[in-house]
Amino acid sequence: MAAESGKIDPMHQFEVTPLGGGFHLGGHEILFTNSALWMVVAAITLGIFMWGGMRRQLVPGRWQVAVEGFTGFISSMMTQNIGSEGRKFTPYVFSLFMFILFCNLLGMLPLGVFGIHPFTVTSHIAITGVLALVSFAIVLVVGFWRHGLHFFSLFVPHGTPLPMIPIIAPIEFVSFMVRPFSLGLRLFVAMTAGHVLLKVLSGFVINGFNAETVWLGSIVSVLSFILMIGISALELLVAGIQAYVFALLTSLYINDAVNLH
Amino acid sequence: MDAEAAKLIGAGLAAIGAGMAAIGVGNVFGSFLESALRNPAAADGQQGRLFIGFAAAELLGLLAFVVAMILLFVV
Repeated sequence: MAAESGKIDPMHQFEVTPLGGGFHLGGHEILFTNSALWMVVAAITLGIFMWGGMRRQLVPGRWQVAVEGFTGFISSMMTQNIGSEGRKFTPYVFSLFMFILFCNLLGMLPLGVFGIHPFTVTSHIAITGVLALVSFAIVLVVGFWRHGLHFFSLFVPHGTPLPMIPIIAPIEFVSFMVRPFSLGLRLFVAMTAGHVLLKVLSGFVINGFNAETVWLGSIVSVLSFILMIGISALELLVAGIQAYVFALLTSLYINDAVNLH
Repeated sequence: MDAEAAKLIGAGLAAIGAGMAAIGVGNVFGSFLESALRNPAAADGQQGRLFIGFAAAELLGLLAFVVAMILLFVV
């Protein structure tokens, strides 16, 4: 019995399943999946959060302070990293930060006890990769728009000695081209790893109580459960940090495009 | 050696990378705290750089995790 109950698949939570029927478009089947559903949920929650805080009261209430904390945080980060021109990109980076943060946090909600299984949208590279590619596309468009072909001087840092250029330029080129990959991968893996860890620990809890030696299994279960609470708190921290790191790196990359270096 | 066994050993070896990244991340935050306590006034201004260093160190650990996952589930 204990051997049978050991089959708790930690990867099952990442399965994208269609909800209801779809339609065909250009030879592809377009389906409304649980991933899309949780993106919609995140967008609606974000909309409500922002709507409730944009009252423009002279003496802000608690909700308005919460929203203004986020907006002030991002806009100060943009001016610090890019300078006065960073204000133009603040709306994009702010939307990016808030969407990622809400997706991360909604995936952490313990709704499983009510039978609804939250889906962490950011645990798929299909989503984070697209977000990273959008950031990268903005960097390319802004860079070539503002500097033309002079944008390629990004690959030759200021003050590089002439003999070093053939060595430095390819390295800089590779480090530039790998950016969208590393940006998307970081968020996706951080969320996936955390959720796999939580599921593995919850497997320990369940299997411990189902074990044949009940007293020994219970000790394992209780210890694993205490560890799970700690890891959950750590995951909430990671959810915030990863959203911040994504926004921070995007702002740094845009800085490269705006100001070169 | 059995191919399945080699896969599992490879995934286990990839975990060394995750541990190394833990050292790196700890080093980033430790050094930041050390210098922040020497000059607390300058600490807030360096928070952006702190997280850049954290992101760079963490990425390599996450890559090690990806290698382990690919060995376990994909190959």
